Amino acid sequence: MSAGPVSERRAASRPTPTSSHKRAGPGRDALLAWGFLGPSVVIFALFLVYPLGRTVYLSMHGNDIIGQPNRFVGLSHFAEMASPEFGRILFTTLVFTLGVVVPGVVGALVVVLLMEGVLRGQKFLRGAFALPFAFSVASASVIFAVFYSPGNSVLNGILYRMGLDQVPWLTSQEMALWSVALTTVWMNLGYGVLVLAAGIGSIPKEVNEAARIDGATGPRLAWDVTVPMLGPQLFFLIVISTINALQSFGQIHILTAGGPVGSTTTLVYSIYQDAFAYGTSDFGRASAQALVLLVVVLVCTLVQFGVIERKVHYS
Amino acid sequence: MSRTSAASGAAGTADVRGATAYGLARTAPPRPRSRHRRGVGFIVGRVLLYLMLAALLIPVLFPVYYVFVGTLMEPRELSTFPPRLLPTGVHFENVQGALAAVPLLRMYTNSLVMAGIITVCQLFTSALAAYAFVFLRFRGSAVIFALFLSTLMVPAEATFIPNYLTLTGWGLGDTYAGLVLPFLAYAFGTFLLRQSFKQFPRELYDAARIDGMGHLRFLWTILLPLSKPALTAVGMYVFITSWNMYFWPLIITRSTEMQTLQIGLNSLKAGEAANPGLVLAGAALSVIPTLALVVFGQRFIVRGLTAGAIK
Repeated sequence: MSAGPVSERRAASRPTPTSSHKRAGPGRDALLAWGFLGPSVVIFALFLVYPLGRTVYLSMHGNDIIGQPNRFVGLSHFAEMASPEFGRILFTTLVFTLGVVVPGVVGALVVVLLMEGVLRGQKFLRGAFALPFAFSVASASVIFAVFYSPGNSVLNGILYRMGLDQVPWLTSQEMALWSVALTTVWMNLGYGVLVLAAGIGSIPKEVNEAARIDGATGPRLAWDVTVPMLGPQLFFLIVISTINALQSFGQIHILTAGGPVGSTTTLVYSIYQDAFAYGTSDFGRASAQALVLLVVVLVCTLVQFGVIERKVHYS
Repeated sequence: MSRTSAASGAAGTADVRGATAYGLARTAPPRPRSRHRRGVGFIVGRVLLYLMLAALLIPVLFPVYYVFVGTLMEPRELSTFPPRLLPTGVHFENVQGALAAVPLLRMYTNSLVMAGIITVCQLFTSALAAYAFVFLRFRGSAVIFALFLSTLMVPAEATFIPNYLTLTGWGLGDTYAGLVLPFLAYAFGTFLLRQSFKQFPRELYDAARIDGMGHLRFLWTILLPLSKPALTAVGMYVFITSWNMYFWPLIITRSTEMQTLQIGLNSLKAGEAANPGLVLAGAALSVIPTLALVVFGQRFIVRGLTAGAIK
């Protein structure tokens, strides 16, 4: 592959360019670099960049029965989004995201802070809390479907034994979204624990010792020292959890299929319904919503990374 | 609650920060252990702490427990109300029923083939790209790397409709190629491997180059074997996420023969013969490989997952 003079290679790969770098044809490294980047670039171009452009195109077209765009409709798919129906989808998405992110992040924080307090069994506990991470969206969802099932719900069985009222987990419009969110929190908690535990592991020992010398113990130490030091990991976790929650699909498809009466139809589920769920696909309408999803995810990422850069304490 | 005195804590702590990958094993610092008299308050605090952890751990572990115990129950033990929580014996009717209701073994194979191809190809494309970013100098390297990273901000769902139309247009709907093609490259792997390659000792690289070793041979015979921890971390991460994919396999496959295990679970739940025992058996079978990876490969998984969070 390369038989060029050694000196030019070394120079070319060093961060500090030397005079020999200019002389030695930079073309060889560049050519090789593009060869190495090639496979990734081709995949990204075909299945990521082109689709983004195509989504914009489709969002402005109507399609025939086999999915071919056949008429230009301008921005009418976007104009249709001013409807209360779409407003409800956005609201459901927002509530679901908050219902997943807030308990997930707070729960993971409580778990790692409690684990910090115990001397023995930390490794075992971390492993145990991380176990649900092994469950796919589909397997977790079908297990929770058994737990929630209206006929012989395992959870209602437990409530029954304890003498408590039954809960209409998936059958009530008020409850279904929270039941799907609970399943999602169960799946994601272990990931949060792993991220925050790694963050705690990277706090310098001297910080805790200095705080203890100053008399901080237990909850005070956790709240005043550990939590602020976890800033970067907490923000990372919030960003990732928000993006994941916005993209939740499998648990909705399996547990509720968007119902009852649309009460669990989030943005992603609505895209699926318009594009793929029924015999006649409306790719235009679905593409317009996909663009909304894209913008929401981009804005979340950028805003939250902006916050991280400015506000969060870096050790 | 942590009443470990500052003095004993400092004495017991030998900080080994700075030890990195590539040879230098990280030795765990000895745990500070208080030898001081422990008051009643200390013991009560410690017990409370463990009780609170147990109260959180039980609901987390209950579904893990129940999926296996429920699988091995008799079908009728699950279909009464309230359903049993403790097993009376070991029964395999649910497993047999699940295998009979949908072609789970075929779906297992499909998932394995799909996740395997995606993992191997992503390691290949990511390692090559990461090598270019770390060891080759070319115009626009930083800009192109930034563009690579920006692809991570695009939610996959926003590309599914055109990708579905493209791949079915090529006649690849309901095929392995259709299942894997959009996922053969992913910037996250490139990002992680680039971090790892950057820590590779310069002197070793220079020595290999002075000996006249070409880039590809250096990559294949020296760099990759020495980057096994990072490759394993990326590989496990990619394998688990693609094994668990749901949306894309749902739309690109049509026939039962091409469906992946995850889609099979939904068929099992929604099917004619659906009963809780079959559903739990299917879920238990599907979760065994990833559970093994998480239990036995946790340090790699933690590394891959938390790479974005630490530094």
